[in-house]
Amino acid sequence: MKVLTLNFLTCAVKACKSTSAAFPLHPKDCELVSDTLEANPKLLFNILPRIDWNALIITASELGFPTLPPTPPTPEQLENDPKMMQELHTLLLETQISEGSLVCANCSHEYRVKEGIANFLLPNHLV
Amino acid sequence: MLPTPSTSHVEFDRIYEPAEDSYLLLDTLSSESEKAFLQQRFSRGTSDVVAHDPPSPFVVEIGTGSGVVLSFVDAHAETIFGRADILSAGVDVNRYACAAAGRTVSVAEQEQVAKGESHGFHLGIVAGDLVGALRPAMVDVLIFNPPYVPTPDLPALPTLSEEVAAPSFEEDSYLLSLSYAGGADGMETTDRLLDALPEVLSRERGCAYILLCAQNKPENVKQRIRNWGKEWKAETVGSSGKKGGWEKLQIIRIWRVESLSQEEEPK
Ligand SMILES: [Zn+2]
Repeated sequence: MKVLTLNFLTCAVKACKSTSAAFPLHPKDCELVSDTLEANPKLLFNILPRIDWNALIITASELGFPTLPPTPPTPEQLENDPKMMQELHTLLLETQISEGSLVCANCSHEYRVKEGIANFLLPNHLV
Repeated sequence: MLPTPSTSHVEFDRIYEPAEDSYLLLDTLSSESEKAFLQQRFSRGTSDVVAHDPPSPFVVEIGTGSGVVLSFVDAHAETIFGRADILSAGVDVNRYACAAAGRTVSVAEQEQVAKGESHGFHLGIVAGDLVGALRPAMVDVLIFNPPYVPTPDLPALPTLSEEVAAPSFEEDSYLLSLSYAGGADGMETTDRLLDALPEVLSRERGCAYILLCAQNKPENVKQRIRNWGKEWKAETVGSSGKKGGWEKLQIIRIWRVESLSQEEEPK
């Protein structure tokens, strides 16, 4: 699963969904793999407005990626900043989580990721 | 007609095999009328030539099975949505189906590349129960081919267990039953999904395509959605009525219209 997927996921436990701590889920002991993809600035521009930037700052830092600026770059800023463009391309488009866990900061449940598939089925006591 | 993605790598012992319902979804999503609806909804406005595109649509299939529908939509995004930069993802309760669907999408994307054609941007498939793991108000297009067959009982949902059950006929039958057995009126799972739609669909652009059979009482389902409020619309946009019989199928499109707040403002 692409790192970008985390932008769309939250803890599946009902009591967590309304809490702000359930997003973003926190990667733990994750193995990353990288696809090599051609630069695609248009895709990047059109994805950026979908992204919760503050959550992405946390995700990037937890995965050991370069620190992101405090606010999202505009398309114009990105076009003039090839380094930032490359870093976002790598983080958002190329990087996949293949193994590890995603942890909810509210209930501490760890969702396992195996062979790139995160498992959001809950144990009996959390359903 | 757009080519149907290959699922020759999928083990159909434990994963739902593409059937008439899957193909009805493909035909409906690539029909002229739905392409027009989706392109109008997700493509750039015509009023301002230099405007940036609207943000990439997030397209999710719930219950991917083999992935034939999701891979079709992803591979043919440019034809269907008028733009290739859609974000696609899938959810299935069956782990084997998740793995198979991921593979199906990747094969379909490679075929597009080999032809020199575009495809969408696929995020991944997650194992889970319906939309439980999705952040509210993020989904722009939700596609659902539910377990719609009326059955005396609804199979219990799998829960998380560390040990993976050894492959067996019973286990395979159970996994398959999750893909078709719908409980009372074949609606028990669809009802849960419908109840979650107002929260999971994006406020301005969200829409859903849901397959129903005649026993699901589609007219009642549509009326129920319209009762949610004036902004909610539900229409039948595809059907396979020619064969008749007890499994007559249709696709309903559910969407929200934005105009209500403007209508209510004093002139
Ligand atoms: Zn939680």
